[in-house]
Amino acid sequence: MLSPAFLSQLRKLLPDHCVLYAREDLVPFESDGLSAYRNTPDVVVLPEDEAQVAAVLRLCHENRIAVVARGAGTGLAAGALPVDGAVLLVLAKLNRIKVIDPLARTAVVEPGVRNLAISEAVAPHHLYYAPDPSSQIACSIGGNVAENSGGVHCLKYGLTVHNIMKLRAWTIDGQLLEIGSDALDTPGYDLLALMTGSEGMLAVITEVTVKLLPRPERAQVVLAAFDDVAQAGAAVGNIIAAGVVPAGLEMMDRLAIEAAEAFVHAGYPMTEALLLCEVDGVNEEVSDDILTVHDVLAASGATEIHTAESEEQRLKFWAGRKAAFPAVGRLAPDYYCMDGTIPRARLPHVLKRIGEMSAEYGLPVANVFHAGDGNLHPLILFDANLPGELAKAEAFGGKILELCVEAGGTITGEHGVGLEKIRQMCAQFAPPELARFHDVKAAFDPDTLLNPGKAVPELHRCAEWGAMHVHGGQLAHPELPRF
Amino acid sequence: MLTEFVDRIRSAHAANTPLVIQGGGSKDFYGNAHEGEVLNTRALTGVVDYQPKELVLTAQAGTPLAEIEALLAEHEQMLAFEPPHFGGNPLPNPLPNPLPQAGEGANDALRAPKSSNATLGGCIAAGLSGPRRPYAGAARDFVLGVRMIDGTGQPLRFGGQVIKNVAGYDVSRLMVGALGTLGLITEVSLKVLPQPARETTLQFELDEAAAIEKMNQWAGQPLPLSATSWHAGLLTVRLSGAASAVHAAQARLGGEPLHDASAFWQRLRDQTTPFFDKRPLHPEGHKWRLAVKPTTPPLKLGDALWIEWGGAVRWLASDLPAAMLRETAKTAGGHATLFRGKAPADGAFAPLAPALATLHRALKQRFDPRGILNRGRLYPDF
Repeated sequence: MLSPAFLSQLRKLLPDHCVLYAREDLVPFESDGLSAYRNTPDVVVLPEDEAQVAAVLRLCHENRIAVVARGAGTGLAAGALPVDGAVLLVLAKLNRIKVIDPLARTAVVEPGVRNLAISEAVAPHHLYYAPDPSSQIACSIGGNVAENSGGVHCLKYGLTVHNIMKLRAWTIDGQLLEIGSDALDTPGYDLLALMTGSEGMLAVITEVTVKLLPRPERAQVVLAAFDDVAQAGAAVGNIIAAGVVPAGLEMMDRLAIEAAEAFVHAGYPMTEALLLCEVDGVNEEVSDDILTVHDVLAASGATEIHTAESEEQRLKFWAGRKAAFPAVGRLAPDYYCMDGTIPRARLPHVLKRIGEMSAEYGLPVANVFHAGDGNLHPLILFDANLPGELAKAEAFGGKILELCVEAGGTITGEHGVGLEKIRQMCAQFAPPELARFHDVKAAFDPDTLLNPGKAVPELHRCAEWGAMHVHGGQLAHPELPRF
Repeated sequence: MLTEFVDRIRSAHAANTPLVIQGGGSKDFYGNAHEGEVLNTRALTGVVDYQPKELVLTAQAGTPLAEIEALLAEHEQMLAFEPPHFGGNPLPNPLPNPLPQAGEGANDALRAPKSSNATLGGCIAAGLSGPRRPYAGAARDFVLGVRMIDGTGQPLRFGGQVIKNVAGYDVSRLMVGALGTLGLITEVSLKVLPQPARETTLQFELDEAAAIEKMNQWAGQPLPLSATSWHAGLLTVRLSGAASAVHAAQARLGGEPLHDASAFWQRLRDQTTPFFDKRPLHPEGHKWRLAVKPTTPPLKLGDALWIEWGGAVRWLASDLPAAMLRETAKTAGGHATLFRGKAPADGAFAPLAPALATLHRALKQRFDPRGILNRGRLYPDF
């Protein structure tokens, strides 16, 4: 609990409406997008400008109070889960687009600006901001930087780290860091890369300069059906080997296809695996690439191939994929979305093992796959109202992530570690590597006041969890809140 | 093999002996003066894994860049950041020459190296990119993972061989451009891309201000740009992509096609044009690299100027005071580096703001507590 003396000091720094401490005001902030993890914050502050952010940080630093930064709260890894005795610093009110420079193709925005709002604001200049996480209508750019967010266009256009130029950020002791530049590089260490994806552990961002790209002249999508997921996976490699880098390349398995079709009637064939391949760019190049993609898909054993004949049909093809999560959500009371990445060639093996584990755990899985970049989203279906099902789903999910690591991949492609995947960090990294992560953290935040307990596990915890793996096989989470 | 490097760094750490990490020596000129026992990486050689369909290549740090590029070319793929090779010291066993003879048909005094010694490790540690950088991305954008040995002799692995990976801090990218001061890179995984089917280079006679404006205007349009350069009244633009797209863009932009274009871009990339030769142009031969906001109007710092990267890099042969060049670049949103020549007292790279300098020292202290790796090369004080 925070002391009344600290709260009163906090209230002196900000207008009354920017500090929430009544229980009914705090409850909406108890979780981020991963609602299985909840914890009511002690206090929520919503600063309206950078000076207030800096003042709150300084006060917290002086009093050794932890700070959890939060944007729009759409994260899927409990990265913004409130911590007991900490201030929840919500940056949503810093939502001004400060500068749009169409000639230099940059925009300077505050962290609370929504991802999609940037593209909307620069659309009159025929420009856009490329990373497009599925939550782009709601998620904020500050959160995107904290998580290094991706989207369906990553293979061609990169992640957040490839699309930002400069940050203003504040350390916990209230020092301003200006990281990056308006040029294409900076002297010294690449702190911009270090900050991107750092999950609110290093500094608090108050301004982001993003890179804008010219809108492609044209985008076209091809849909292909396959009898077998391995064949569809091979087709993805064949498209890339033919020299095409698709703007989007998505795969769905039978359960995901059926769910999406029942939900939005996208016109998908009922089959074992479906590929959506979008190419974009200069008009002539799109025409050439579509022909190449069509030929490769046919040669790779596709049973059906459809090129969208109109913009309306293109959007319809995408509607099914984009609605895949809520569509799968209709199949069961709850689903748990995983986020591993694997080398694409290992897809058949990984899907086979997920199928086997699905039978072992007795929980169905629908697979949605950013096939171009190997990012797999298995959706585990369960019912949280049945005793033990959540724990079972979490245990199953943990096994899937460990499988991804074994296959040469990673436990998180785009959602981040947060609190959710902190155990699996022990599977992915050896103790000396985790120690270096703690060293990086200590360079920025020696008192570990920013988002404590997230993203990087304490070394002794790995040992404890490791022992649990050996003895139990059941992963209990006694220290975690439940719903 | 790796254990020899681990042992070497462990002993150097124990004895507090400074080490100078060297690959092919092609970038020995870059950064500040540094001294110590040479730790050469060229024994760490070979492509570990290359899956063209995954767009991922993994190689040991001492692998010659030319060898990697030749392998990629067999599969019509490339390193899209177009890394510079520069020259380097003669090798005991010359590598096959993968580059066209740079002197072909040209009457200028070229300093083209007979072979390229640059290694992958040096390429990543220096973090330098070539003409394609503003349009395709920088070296750091393509790094997926590294294996390294830190300054205590601890082997570490960060990132991996997959394109999307957000587990842990991005230490792989932190190593790019760190000039070996945080650790010895022993292995690198990179994203690679297909080669464009067609490339065409066009030239336009334009003054500096007009050229800067054109480069920026065109970059905001859906054109298949892949490189831009302006020097001595001539804007040179490379288009890359499907043949149809390149033709359409050429029809739209006009200009004069340049015939020996690949040699032109390679000379610019490797700085083998007379402009970058230190003798003819200036007694001091100082080459400054001013990285600025690309739309920055002409800086009016003299005629010995070459513009690259859509206006974002201005190369100057100049003996103007470092402080003045640094201030000019800073005002233009960037920074100035003494790229070739004798570094000023505060070092080759623009000094860091105090808060950033503190972070740099803290990171260095954690990764290399005794400061034995490339001491002073990045900044004189560590």
